[in-house]
Amino acid sequence: MKPAPFVRHVPKTLDEALKILADVAPQDGRVLAGGQSLVPIMAFRLAKPAHLVDINEVVGLDKVISDGTTLTIGARVRHAAFHKSVVDNPLGQLLSAVVRHIAHYPIRMRGTFCGSLAHADPASEWCLVVATLDATLVAKSTRGERLIAAKDFFAGIMSTALAEDELLAEARLPLLASDVRFGFNEFNRRAGDFAMAASLVTYRLNAGKIAEARVGLGGAESFPRRIVEAEAALNGKTPGDTVFRAAAEAAAKAIDPLEDHQTNAEYRRDLVRAVVRRALEQSA
Amino acid sequence: MDITLTINGRDHAIAVEPRRTLADAIREDCGQTGTHIGCEHGICGACTIIVDGEPIRSCLMFAVQANGKKIRTVEGLANGDKLHPMQQAFMDHHGLQCGFCTPGFLMLAIGVLEREPNISDDGLLDVLSSNLCRCTGYQNIIKAVRAAAKDMRKE
Repeated sequence: MKPAPFVRHVPKTLDEALKILADVAPQDGRVLAGGQSLVPIMAFRLAKPAHLVDINEVVGLDKVISDGTTLTIGARVRHAAFHKSVVDNPLGQLLSAVVRHIAHYPIRMRGTFCGSLAHADPASEWCLVVATLDATLVAKSTRGERLIAAKDFFAGIMSTALAEDELLAEARLPLLASDVRFGFNEFNRRAGDFAMAASLVTYRLNAGKIAEARVGLGGAESFPRRIVEAEAALNGKTPGDTVFRAAAEAAAKAIDPLEDHQTNAEYRRDLVRAVVRRALEQSA
Repeated sequence: MDITLTINGRDHAIAVEPRRTLADAIREDCGQTGTHIGCEHGICGACTIIVDGEPIRSCLMFAVQANGKKIRTVEGLANGDKLHPMQQAFMDHHGLQCGFCTPGFLMLAIGVLEREPNISDDGLLDVLSSNLCRCTGYQNIIKAVRAAAKDMRKE
């Protein structure tokens, strides 16, 4: 239960961090941000990185900035930063509603938004948020900067489009229209546990009918994504129980469910049906 | 690596490998064994301490990352013979049985209440879900923390 030896690098600037990462990435170098996922994995020796680039002392990575259309979240912004709304926009309320479901208070003090994205656990709430809202992720390396759409970012269980020498420098989330309605629901067996299924939904009302519906689903497949079949079941309809149940059913049908020793496909579909419906009910 | 851990106001100059967890350094290198280690992978919360005002799990932080930061552990709670209100509440409400999880619960509850003194009873329940008590004495722990929260608000 003790991590294997590693060399720790402590850059003070982003440029320095990228240079070190470029050097050590081929020798099994990893970025250390909050460490709330990486350190447990190292304790189990499932990961034995030879080098850690600790970005906790890099200046400027801890900022949350809104320019009126986009919320930019730096690489070292901790989960706890979202306990209170970070921006005067429904997005701020959405993020503070979701953050309460992420692990536990002491974990939220250290873990980071971008770290969760780079780790890409299928059950991660932030991964679900960026997938649902079509955020843009900014990867930086000594080779330059790359903008990656959330839908192209997640590649599988704990697998992303990031190259080994790239640092996820920031996440850019679109601010929401002032009349956006949202709902979030997550199922797990104990408070703070990994989600067995989670759904984030947003939509607007146009003359009483649902418009611009987004139905995001996490924890149920290898990575979170929007479920277009569920969105199609909502758009143009009047919000209500029948419509919500139809959308939840569409989502349950559309997925390729993760299975494990406790959860077979049928049970996972059941959970999906429940979380999508509950998220929609919360939004109404 | 040579680092200095400042624990409850006292400096400890120690030499550690980068892989040394803060929890191990506090116990093994600084001799402050009040902080307990349960699972060593961030699940049980027994090793919760306060670093620069934030309740964190000391098994998920490396000692080198705490160099120069202000660390508070259970040893720093009492003032002489006078217990911290949270410790007193744990005694009064029988909030501990074997006592193994107690330092973690104390530091968690104090750390959160110092940051959010007006947190609701429901909020406290959610906070306390982060630590495990294998004696399953949760009801009395919740009672103790809610009582101490009232005391701490008065002070």
